Amino acid sequence: MTEFATEFTPVAAAIGGALIGLAAALMLLFEGRIAGISGILDGVFRRRGDEEAPPAWQAVFIGGMALGGLVLLVVQGSVERDFVMTNLELSPLLVIVAGLLVGFGTRLGSGCTSGHGVCGIPRLSGRSIVATLTFMAVAVATVFVTNHVFGFGGLS
Amino acid sequence: MIRQLVVLASGFLFAIGLGISEMTRPEKVLSFLNVFGDWDPSLAFVMGGAIVVYAAALQLAGRREGPKFGKEFHIPKIKEITPSLLIGSALFGVGWGLAGFCPGPALVASAALVEPALYFLPAMIAGILLHRYTVERRKTG
Repeated sequence: MTEFATEFTPVAAAIGGALIGLAAALMLLFEGRIAGISGILDGVFRRRGDEEAPPAWQAVFIGGMALGGLVLLVVQGSVERDFVMTNLELSPLLVIVAGLLVGFGTRLGSGCTSGHGVCGIPRLSGRSIVATLTFMAVAVATVFVTNHVFGFGGLS
Repeated sequence: MIRQLVVLASGFLFAIGLGISEMTRPEKVLSFLNVFGDWDPSLAFVMGGAIVVYAAALQLAGRREGPKFGKEFHIPKIKEITPSLLIGSALFGVGWGLAGFCPGPALVASAALVEPALYFLPAMIAGILLHRYTVERRKTG
C-alpha cells in the first residue's frame, strides 16, 4: 500500500524481544529495578540523592544503550540488515512535537512501552495493562488519522 | 565495579534487542500501528518474547528475599487507575503514532545518529523536564 510498509519478521522480532526481556530481567534480579526507559531517562536528569548503586545506575544503563546503538550502526553495514536506519522523511517539526508529547506523556503516565509493557504486563499490574492498552489504541488511531485521513503521517 | 558492568551490559543488551527486532526503525513501529493499512504484526512478537522472558525472571525474583546487589525489589505499589495515567498514556500514544519512536528506540537511534531521532531525543527530554517543572512541582508543593 505504501512504499514504507515493512515486512512481517516474527523470528527476528521474537529473538529481539527475548533479548529485551533478558536485559530487563538482569535489572530486576541484580538491582531490583524496573527497566522502564522513560523513568530511567528521567532519573539521569535528577540530582543524586540516596541511590544505592554509585555512580547513578541510570546513567550507566543509558550508556550501555548508547553503546549498543553504536555497535548496531557499525554492524548493520556488514550484515546487510537495517538495524538503525530509516527511509521515512518525517518533518522535523512533527518529530519535535512527537518528542515533546512522548516525554511529557510518559512521565505523566508513569511509564512507556518498556516499563508498562515489558515489565508491567507480566506482573499483571492493572495500571500497566490499562496504560499499555491506552497508548496502543491512541497510537493506532493517530496513525490512522494522520496517514489515511489527512495524509501527512510518516507512512504516507 | 561488577555491579556497574551488569547494569551496562543490561542497557547494551536492551539496545541490541531493539535493533535486531528493528524497533529502532520508525517505519517498523508505524507499520505495526497501521492496523487499518499494510499491517506488520512484528511488534507484538517483540512484546511477546520480552514478556515471556521477564515473566520467568519474576518467578525467580518471587522466590528471593531481594536482588543480588540492590537492597530490595523496587516494584511500584500504587494500584489506582488515575486520570494522570490515562491522560499521560494517551499523550504518549499520540507522539508514538506521529513519529514511531518511543523512549528506548529514540535513545538507541540517536546514538546511531539516525536523523529524526536527533530531533526527537532533545524534544523528549524537554517534555520530561516540562512535566517535572509543571505537574510534578505542583503536586509536591
